[in-house]
Amino acid sequence: MASITLNKVFKRYGSGKTANLVIHGVSAQIADGEFVVVVGPSGCGKSTLLRMVAGLEEITGGEISIGNRVVNDLEPSERDIAMVFQNYALYPHMNVFDNMAYGLKIAKVPMDEIKARVDKAAKILEIGAFMQRKPRELSGGQRQRVAMGRAIVRQPQVFLFDEPLSNLDAKLRAHTRLEIQKLHRELGITSLFVTHDQVEAMTLAQRMIVMNAGVMEQFGTPEEVYNRPASTFVATFIGSPPMNLLKNAPEARPGTILGVRPEHLAITSEGWALCVDALETLGAERLVYGRWLHGAGDELVIIRTDEGQPVPELGSTIHVTPRADRLHWFDATTGKRQ
Amino acid sequence: MVEHRPGLTFLTHAILLAGVAIIAFPLYLTLVASTQTAEQITQAIPMSMLPGTNALETYKIALFGGQSAAGSEITGSAPMMLVSLITALIIPLGKITMSMLSAFAIVYFRFPFRNLVFWMIFVTLMLPVEVRIGPTYEVVASLGMLNTYAGLSIPLIASATATFLFRQFFLTVPDELVEAARIDGAGPMRFFKDVLLPLSSTSIAALFVIQFIYGWNQYLWPLLMTTSEDMYPVVMGIKRLIGGDSYTEWNVVMATAILAMLPPALVVMLMQKWFVKGLVDTEK
Repeated sequence: MASITLNKVFKRYGSGKTANLVIHGVSAQIADGEFVVVVGPSGCGKSTLLRMVAGLEEITGGEISIGNRVVNDLEPSERDIAMVFQNYALYPHMNVFDNMAYGLKIAKVPMDEIKARVDKAAKILEIGAFMQRKPRELSGGQRQRVAMGRAIVRQPQVFLFDEPLSNLDAKLRAHTRLEIQKLHRELGITSLFVTHDQVEAMTLAQRMIVMNAGVMEQFGTPEEVYNRPASTFVATFIGSPPMNLLKNAPEARPGTILGVRPEHLAITSEGWALCVDALETLGAERLVYGRWLHGAGDELVIIRTDEGQPVPELGSTIHVTPRADRLHWFDATTGKRQ
Repeated sequence: MVEHRPGLTFLTHAILLAGVAIIAFPLYLTLVASTQTAEQITQAIPMSMLPGTNALETYKIALFGGQSAAGSEITGSAPMMLVSLITALIIPLGKITMSMLSAFAIVYFRFPFRNLVFWMIFVTLMLPVEVRIGPTYEVVASLGMLNTYAGLSIPLIASATATFLFRQFFLTVPDELVEAARIDGAGPMRFFKDVLLPLSSTSIAALFVIQFIYGWNQYLWPLLMTTSEDMYPVVMGIKRLIGGDSYTEWNVVMATAILAMLPPALVVMLMQKWFVKGLVDTEK
């Protein structure tokens, strides 16, 4: 087992005038045995970052260490890592056993040991019943397990997951999420998990890295990221519906943005006056969309209420009060938390 | 056809039968001719459409040679069949090996002028063997390869078509497979042997069938570069039986033709399953 250290890691594609900087100096320290999720919109560089740790992309600048070794110039196979790919990347012509055993065979592990390790992994993942099948004879969920099995048998220092759940249907995804959590509890291997799905990130992560356009916006526990977002980007990316970012609230100070999550706004007898613009019912909760009535400029404010609350009428005036301890202030120009 | 109309069914079958007849008739004619005696073929006009009784003797002469009933000395085709078989095996095997390796290099390695190399290979597609046959002869002759298996096969081995085919196939292999293999610790040749080769098996089979027939049917090139009789392929043998100074024994010609058709037909039949698979589906 090992920690992962990223020290001012840069990635640039091309050179000269066509150069395209995709990772802008990311530094992070991932502790031994930790489960860290990298989350961000598509194209933010999260997969590139993971692939640099894996050794599949060259590192343009900076240093990546796994354990105490700098791995910049090591081949993927020498880095003591295992990776689960989005489309699983199972060898189509090999059966499940051979898929899992291939890496060990190359490493010249004795056959008895290979068998023992594969059997153990198969037991953990409950795939023992189809060891002789080919990948194409398996369902998506089963393939996913085999891919994880292939990672487990290597007994690596670090697990790397590249959006492994995005090819599964919603139900299976939720189930597999729990399984990955359980697996991590049992094996305790340092894991780096890339996803664009904030629910996956929030539920799986011990700590999460939020990335945007090649920059690490925030690195913290899901609670920290949710309760104290470091920037307006994090504030709107994590949480659904997103945080209200208000420039024209009555309390607003010039040059700042006030952030309030929809669930931290309550309809009260007095407070901010809003005109109800639209309503959305989501079962257990209801979203109320309002617009300012105090004439400071047009802005949409989303309020989340329980389904038990009275339903405001469209076009009517309501008053809302934010929870005083849940206000977030951001700099209007940099977007950073103040 | 979705509709079930007897008239239509009859028509489709009639067309199919007509097609079969057009293709099968010459073969049948060859087969029938090979079972009759030389006199029966030349004297009966038109020749009889029914099989004769002379099959065994004719095929024996066609294969092993000897004095025919009509009195002419015939060289057996068995040694020529062997020459054909050897060249027809060397050509596809050599072709597959060479083109797979060059496609592997072009697709998976980043080296300077990679695209230039690919286009240079590709451009040779534009030149059929016949166009470059003069220079090729010069080269083969000066290398002392006339009348050798090397001379018969090597000029036909280099193949842009096959390289192109494998390149296209390799491009469809997902990148993640390469990456998974890298993480598993497989070096380039190990990846080639353990992953690419088994994945390409159906393409290899299809290519083998096509190239075996191509090699077997070579006529112009062997005609040009073989002067010694023991290096003649069977296709040339058939030609040598016809005309010339002596009396043409059509039954022997036809028997030799049938014999020459057998190996390619056998290859197609045995590899049909693989061949079709290679052309239609790619299992990835």
